Amino acid sequence: MNRLSDFMLPPARSTLAGEVDALFNFINVVSLILLIGITIAIIYFAIRYRRKSDDDTTPLITHNSKLEITWSVIPLILVMIVFGWGYSGYLTMTNAPDDAYEIRVIAKSWLWEFHYQDGQTSINELHVPENRPVKLIMSSDDVLHSFYVPDFRVKMDVIPNRYTSVWFEATGPGESVIYCAEYCGSAHSQMLADVIVHTQDDFDLWLEAGDAIDEDLTPVELGRQLVERQGCLACHSTDGSTLQGPTFLDIMGRERLLTDGTTVTIDENYLRQSILEPNTQVADGFPPIMPSYAGSLSDRQIDAIIEYLKTLD
Amino acid sequence: MATPEPTNTKKLQVRRYKPEENPKETYLTEETGLWAWMTTVDHKKIGLMYLGSITFFFLVAGILALILRTELLTPAQSFITADAYNQIFTLHGAIMVFFFLVPSVPAALGNFILPLQLGCKDVAFPRVNLLSYYIYVVGALFTLIAIFTGGVDTGWTFYTPYSATTGGNVMMMTFGVFILGFSSILTGLNFIVTIHRMRSPGLTWNRLSLFLWSLYATSIIQILATPVLAITLLLLTMERLLSIGIFDPALGGDPVLYQHFFWFYSHPAVYIMIVPGFGIVSEIISTFSRKHIFGYWAIALSSLAIAFIGFLVWGHHMFVAGQSSLANMVFSFLTFLVGIPTGIKIFNWLATMHRGSIDLKTPMLYIMAFLFLFSIGGFTGIMLGALSVDIHLHDTYYVVAHFHYVMMGGMVMAFLGGLHYWWPKMFGKMYNELWAKIACGLLFIGFNVTFLPQFVMGSLGMPRRYFNYLEQFQAYHQFSTIGAYIMGVAFVIMAIYLVHSLFKGKQASSNPWGSRALEWQAASPPSLHNYHHTPVIINGPYDYHKPMSEFQLGIADSHNGHDPHHQKDIETKSVEADK
Repeated sequence: MNRLSDFMLPPARSTLAGEVDALFNFINVVSLILLIGITIAIIYFAIRYRRKSDDDTTPLITHNSKLEITWSVIPLILVMIVFGWGYSGYLTMTNAPDDAYEIRVIAKSWLWEFHYQDGQTSINELHVPENRPVKLIMSSDDVLHSFYVPDFRVKMDVIPNRYTSVWFEATGPGESVIYCAEYCGSAHSQMLADVIVHTQDDFDLWLEAGDAIDEDLTPVELGRQLVERQGCLACHSTDGSTLQGPTFLDIMGRERLLTDGTTVTIDENYLRQSILEPNTQVADGFPPIMPSYAGSLSDRQIDAIIEYLKTLD
Repeated sequence: MATPEPTNTKKLQVRRYKPEENPKETYLTEETGLWAWMTTVDHKKIGLMYLGSITFFFLVAGILALILRTELLTPAQSFITADAYNQIFTLHGAIMVFFFLVPSVPAALGNFILPLQLGCKDVAFPRVNLLSYYIYVVGALFTLIAIFTGGVDTGWTFYTPYSATTGGNVMMMTFGVFILGFSSILTGLNFIVTIHRMRSPGLTWNRLSLFLWSLYATSIIQILATPVLAITLLLLTMERLLSIGIFDPALGGDPVLYQHFFWFYSHPAVYIMIVPGFGIVSEIISTFSRKHIFGYWAIALSSLAIAFIGFLVWGHHMFVAGQSSLANMVFSFLTFLVGIPTGIKIFNWLATMHRGSIDLKTPMLYIMAFLFLFSIGGFTGIMLGALSVDIHLHDTYYVVAHFHYVMMGGMVMAFLGGLHYWWPKMFGKMYNELWAKIACGLLFIGFNVTFLPQFVMGSLGMPRRYFNYLEQFQAYHQFSTIGAYIMGVAFVIMAIYLVHSLFKGKQASSNPWGSRALEWQAASPPSLHNYHHTPVIINGPYDYHKPMSEFQLGIADSHNGHDPHHQKDIETKSVEADK
């Protein structure tokens, strides 16, 4: 049984996982027993009752009420067990404890933004304390997304104009993947993030230190790290290839045709404008889908990103 | 004063009609030529036209699937872009569902077989039947135009608000599907009226074949559910063209409302796709076990039960969509209930094989594959119905594997079984049995190699509709792709021996499998009007304990001069005519 779940299930890293896994294993084992029974019956009958001659006659058996009732009632009992078990687990998963630590989650095509209670924000990295219930209050800025952490066994759709929530309690420090599980367009499969579980002390330290950006980094190095961490590379390549947005390669000083027909020369002001209000001056040939970074990047970080982009030629 | 008791039975003079062997004049040799085919109202020709069309769409969508699987050999981009990938998986799903699975058994095989099994010359409304075919063609044309004018990348579910905002030609595509729905409704209507009104003398409801029962149940769903899809797509069109806020939150609409509407059709549609398959399984199991079907009423009524409960489970597609806990509980409960009639069918089919005389011909092999694969589809459906487990598995490859086991392992296997079963009746030719068995075996292996790893991948957390994926899943994806190629080879072999049989195949006898069902009392292939006589039915289609002669009766026609030896007066109780 353990081997089966080790093979089929990701590591169990939240308090909710145990019950889900137990039911998963129960259904698998019962199904396997029934499936083997059915398969043996098919094969055995096909061999044992194989047609011997064209004149074979068969007994007239039209029905058997006792058998019909048996094979209706036994499966009914089995599925009712599964129903009750699944529903009770589901109730635990939907009712967050009152003392849960709340984090606000905003999904945008195609990144995850996390806002913490003390004003701290992070992008594509969710930081949570271990052994403490965490409740996420989620909404989307555009289309449907779905927040999915296999290691925690939690998933919830993220919907525009409505809050949905999900909660979990991580059982130990470490990192797990967050997927977007509701199809959301071109870069759906790149809408990944990490959940980083800290001890309570480390978590408090992280909240204080913020994004833990080393103040000693050069602007270019800081910019490079930010571009990677903030999800820019899901849509903008650094090697000249065209993804959902224009490439970063050799971007500075380039003439760019905009969707309104005008042309701009890309300079610091255009880049800053495109980060803070991305859909006011959209490059021709690209959809106006970039989320705004106003409020989630400081001036110093924007400067660093621009410095980094200048080096890409 | 004694008044005669009112009676709705009458005495019929019957005689035996043996089916004609090696017929010179068949529906294929009469009324030939392109124009005659295009304007035909013959249910058999329309059935073949549907068969040709769905084969074409199956080929197209199958090739798309191979492209997807090839791209997924590597975790990153290998030869198509993310946008192309998204369009291709949308088309694969939409074409397979709307243009292949929904019409496959009812419109293609059903059209051909239903009047033959009822002993009538055609369906009740032959012209409407032709109309429904052309509506299907027009719907298909709109879809093809949509593909070549921008494409569609929404997934076959057209979820809002994505479908309301994305580029491409979503409108044209939904319009195509909208039109297509009317084809489905008209076919369902035609079948219901035909089954009610055009049964041969003596063909009472308890002598109806289980294939007809399944088509009857399917037709009810088609008529009741398809209009909801039409309304939904119309609302979607209004939103996109006129900016009326219905589903798009930017306009004040509710995206989850769309999901309710969509699944209110599309879950019953799952049963439109699979229930006719159940009918084929019953026919083939009984014929190749040469034994009375076990639990006739249990199987017939469970089809109707599935049709009914199937309307009430749509919410299980939305367990993580923000539905209330109460709604989730109710939908989970009803989902488990629908599993019970499905289980009943499996057990009844197994009981039919018990103590039978089993002939392992190709159609029977397909049905044995069906029983195995569909059982897996059913068990994994139970897994997905369990609320807490579904939270983890929802929208992962586990779901992808589950519905492929139901739709391809179940429905397509049943369809192929039916195709091989009725092929001699349709074309009067036998195919090469050895090659047919090889193709069936390859298909079975290829299918499992493709989709078993997807259960594991999904449980491990691999989401569906992913163009790129994490490297830890690569081995499973590669396995899966190899399986898809094996299936491709199997279908190529099948195409070769089936086409070969049309030209070089042995002449088929009228009843090559020794079945007792009525369609086998017509010639192979049948004449233009099916029977030269009006069949009279005194036994059920699974009464293998009765001699063949009792299945070959028809109303005696004194002008033809009948053989007095076979003349037989039928007691009023044994032949109940409609009037």
